[in-house]
Amino acid sequence: MRNAFADEVTEQGKRDPSIVLLAGDIGNRLFDEFKLAAPDRFYNCGVAEANMVGMAAGMAMCGLRPVVYTITPFITYRVIEQIRDDLCYHHVPVILVGTGSGLRYASLGATHHSLEEMAMLRTLPGMTVLAPADSAELRACLRDALRLDGPVYMRIGKKGEPALHAEPVEHAIGRHFILRNGGDVCLLATGVAAANALEAAKLLENAGIAARVVSVPTVKPLGTDLLEEAFSTFPLVVSIEEHGLIGGFGAAIAEWYADRETPAAGRLLRIGTADAFMHEAGETEYAQEHYGISAEAIARRIERRLLARPAHVRLA
Amino acid sequence: MAKDTIVNSIASLRNSHDLRRIAARLRAEVVAMSHRAGTPHLASALSCIDILTAAYWHVLRLDPAQPDAPNRDRFILSKGHAATALYATLAARGFFPQSTLDSYHTDGGALAEHPGPRCAPGIEAATGSLGHGLSIGVGEALAGRIGGYDYRVYALLSDGECNEGAVWEAALFAAAQHLDRLCIVVDYNKWQATARSNETMSLEPLGEKWAAFGWDAHEIDGHDLEALCEHMDRVPSASGKPTAIIAHTIKGRGISFMQDDNNWHYRIPNAEELALAKAELDMP
Repeated sequence: MRNAFADEVTEQGKRDPSIVLLAGDIGNRLFDEFKLAAPDRFYNCGVAEANMVGMAAGMAMCGLRPVVYTITPFITYRVIEQIRDDLCYHHVPVILVGTGSGLRYASLGATHHSLEEMAMLRTLPGMTVLAPADSAELRACLRDALRLDGPVYMRIGKKGEPALHAEPVEHAIGRHFILRNGGDVCLLATGVAAANALEAAKLLENAGIAARVVSVPTVKPLGTDLLEEAFSTFPLVVSIEEHGLIGGFGAAIAEWYADRETPAAGRLLRIGTADAFMHEAGETEYAQEHYGISAEAIARRIERRLLARPAHVRLA
Repeated sequence: MAKDTIVNSIASLRNSHDLRRIAARLRAEVVAMSHRAGTPHLASALSCIDILTAAYWHVLRLDPAQPDAPNRDRFILSKGHAATALYATLAARGFFPQSTLDSYHTDGGALAEHPGPRCAPGIEAATGSLGHGLSIGVGEALAGRIGGYDYRVYALLSDGECNEGAVWEAALFAAAQHLDRLCIVVDYNKWQATARSNETMSLEPLGEKWAAFGWDAHEIDGHDLEALCEHMDRVPSASGKPTAIIAHTIKGRGISFMQDDNNWHYRIPNAEELALAKAELDMP
């Protein structure tokens, strides 16, 4: 996904002279093409993220459109006050891009995991929170974000994420994408977790359960039309994310769910990571197993939930 | 190259007698505001009045009628707790009417205890949490270079603010980028909220620190209006570096019973103290 990001931001940077790319001493060679196209609009800001985000605010106040890129924890946790005061309070069009989000950097240890940052950024007034599922959604998210007048946070994967869209996606913010259809259960996945959701749907099919899988790249503002439809159509709606259960995508749906005037017909099951750091070593797949968000774990949870409520299962 | 025709209407006062009268008027105003509104940080506002006077009546290329002109000089009050000083300055300089100033710290008013984003014409940035303003200024200076403007960016920092790590991140980056149109003024009044600055964090040697970080650093008397004008005028620096003016000041400057008494970081003057202060300043 990071290559797609580099390619798309370069493409857009060639067209729009107001786009500046700030990187936190990361992406060795990744942005060579951008630097070549716009040498005065790329800045390696060093290992100094607080300054980088504050600077981006100042640039945006002067009419530029900064896109700020580094590893997710360093562009979120470390600089939460700069994001709040400099970007959100001023409501300036700065796009923060966190790379290697969720458990993509599992093997680097918990300092490089990001399982809480959507929760933090989602609380900030005026902030748009995006989690594209693959490179096609990422490109569309970035293009859409460049048209907004306020701050945007986009969490992306690393490299090697599977393509979930056969065709390019034109727009992504505020949209959702049905990746697979089925009538028994609806899986709403955000970000790179959509790939596991799709795999889980295949496993469920073997168990005789037909799952719809929807990719939802916009975590904030939440698309409530999609939710209305899902909860009125399906007995069970499952949120899936490579992020903690506190404050993330599933939590956002639960907030919407709790505030409804009339109870929703469908039930909600949230799948995400537990409220705990991972202390052992392990690659992404291991970490997903550890946290119970692998395709197998997702399928097991859903199957158990549906079996526990047999009346809710609509057999095909 | 200048991209627009701003700023022929700069005040450009040089006469230090006139500047001193303006500073006295601003001091009387901030004491009155603190009294009326019951708000603290008065001594912090008083210590930077001369810096603001030199900036707004002599140095900055600004037109109060065009507060958003793209090529205007920027002045960022990074020490946002001195907001009354900035508000009084902008009102006196004609950016907004006295009635706006009179609504300071009233329910529903535009002017809070720390400046909000574009809360009134002439306010460049929302500040209040320390250590943010310089980075914003770095971004503005860089944007000016990218856009081919010749405006300058000034940020006013407090000495306590130099405790913040982000200040030094910004210092290192600005030097690496040779942002010669960027200037900071440190209001070095030797106090932070609850203690002597240098007993809290080792700021000294502060000028040498900024020089070591790659800035063209100068230490001056921060109440010497001519020196302030002269040094702020030197931006862009011939050295090609960003400029750091370490302005040695006295907290509570101008009011005898407030000077260098850190109780006035939080104390609020009563009616009698207000009258005494005005008398000392020779203001009605």
